[in-house]
Amino acid sequence: MTGKASGRTAHAQRGLAQFLNSKNVVPYIFAAPFIVFFLIFFLYPILYTGQMSLFSQRGFAPPQFSGFFNYQQLNNDYFLTACKISAQYTLLTCLILIPVPLVLANMLNSGSVKQAGVMKSALFIPALTSVVMAGLFFRYAFSANQDAIFNAVMRFLGLPPQDWLAQQGTTMFVLVVFCCWKWMGVNVVYYYSALQSIPADLFESARIDGANAFKQFIYITIPSVRQTIIYVLTISIYGGFSMFAESFTLFNSARTPGDIGATVVSYIYSQGFNRNNFGLASAAGIVLLLIVLIINIIQLYFTKSFSKEV
Amino acid sequence: MQTKRKMSQSASKLTSSIFSTLLLGVFALWALTPFFFLLISSFKPGQEMIRNGLQFKFDFSNYSLVNYALLYTEREGLYLRWYLNSFIILAIQVVSGLFFSSLVGYALGKYRFKGRNFLFILVLVVMMIPIEILILPLYKQMDAFRLINSYWGVVLPFVVPATGVFFFRQYTMGLPSELMESGRLDGCTEYGIYFRIMMPLMLPAFGAMTILLAMGSWNSMVWPMIVLRTSEMQTLPIGLQSLLTPYGNNYDLLLSGAVMSVLPIMVIFLLNQKSFISGMTAGSIKG
Repeated sequence: MTGKASGRTAHAQRGLAQFLNSKNVVPYIFAAPFIVFFLIFFLYPILYTGQMSLFSQRGFAPPQFSGFFNYQQLNNDYFLTACKISAQYTLLTCLILIPVPLVLANMLNSGSVKQAGVMKSALFIPALTSVVMAGLFFRYAFSANQDAIFNAVMRFLGLPPQDWLAQQGTTMFVLVVFCCWKWMGVNVVYYYSALQSIPADLFESARIDGANAFKQFIYITIPSVRQTIIYVLTISIYGGFSMFAESFTLFNSARTPGDIGATVVSYIYSQGFNRNNFGLASAAGIVLLLIVLIINIIQLYFTKSFSKEV
Repeated sequence: MQTKRKMSQSASKLTSSIFSTLLLGVFALWALTPFFFLLISSFKPGQEMIRNGLQFKFDFSNYSLVNYALLYTEREGLYLRWYLNSFIILAIQVVSGLFFSSLVGYALGKYRFKGRNFLFILVLVVMMIPIEILILPLYKQMDAFRLINSYWGVVLPFVVPATGVFFFRQYTMGLPSELMESGRLDGCTEYGIYFRIMMPLMLPAFGAMTILLAMGSWNSMVWPMIVLRTSEMQTLPIGLQSLLTPYGNNYDLLLSGAVMSVLPIMVIFLLNQKSFISGMTAGSIKG
């Protein structure tokens, strides 16, 4: 009896081992961590945000269903300013961080630059620093003091000194300079490695056909690095709309005077954590989610890379 | 005629070379400027930078290493505690991130199974959505798990980094499947094939991902700032940021602390530039 039973368990065990080792089961076991992660730390939080955005809380009373009340409440100056600043920032950083690194990478790749290796490493170093450390520099280099670095530069150029972090326009300038400083080198490296995979005879035959450097750049270089341009655009949009840390380090607060450094994420943060208005902050989160999704879909549609990449 | 044209050609080549070198040189110098100024300021009383901003004037009279001594002495070595916290979080994040994302990426890259494409699309979706959108619900979750003000609260929502999954998928797709087949013929289990045959082949990918995840963890600010509430639990970026209070007199520590938080990384970078650059750019489409 017992022998038979243990034989059965042994059989079952072997069956289980075989099951766990089958090629049809193993990939699911390997992928399980991502599935669990996705459900708990991605899908659930998004659904929860959606739910919270429909509830309002007054004082210590439990949250009450309030429909789209929070979304209507988003129609306020603070949030609209935050959206405007995030959009402007994204646009400006894209306008600089997509073409300029391509030109620099092209120069590095052409072999006409002396000490190209040293330049590349120097350009890359900002990507290694924390926003806090870099923010410290930008906060005090753009100080209102007449002799601070950028006011000294202004004086050198014959321009009036500025109280940089006290007005919206100059604050945007500081934020864009900050972002370009940090990501220029990484984008140069992205483009550079893409440029290196272009076969040299492509340029050679173009040269024989009489194409000058500019024409080669337009007709060979840009089409060849199309995928990289799309990638850089994607991460720039992502980084632009999710920007918060830079503004936070410059002002040392999520809420900035006159909302000159407000971003969508700083709005979420200050409403959620400083004012405990989770409903309103969640509504802002859902709006940001929709903005990012729409931009990504438009961009994937226009670049028609969707079918290729997936 | 011929030589003249050649000469004018080489002259224009020279001008373009000088122009490119100068332009890149300006960008390279600009990239290093913040370190230069912060390093200089770290030898001076912090109050000076707070009051006057960073300036071009270099007055070497009050330079000293006093600020660096504060790294050990200020509030019983709080700074070293931040260093340790940053390091512990980095270690957990990198080890767990590598383990999970390599397994998932390998499954997506090397096995055919139902739902594979769907899972890959989910990975892309996670990569596309800024995590900042989720800070509120994640905070509530960590609160419910009683993980606020703990290392695990910082790490747990990011134990399976989607970028890592994406990268390992791309990488393993380029590895020969024949090795897996011959492993099966030799009686290796699917797990043995992964750990004994495929993982060693993925070492370069592990190296690149280690750097990407480590840098992300070391420099991350927003999420740790939400989770870590007490100053003994803080990491370097948020600890340093907290020194910037208007009534604080910790500005001296702020400067030396900021310099020491990046200096080791810069040294490591200068020693292995190639692996850093391939690591930091590992998340890109090209892989």
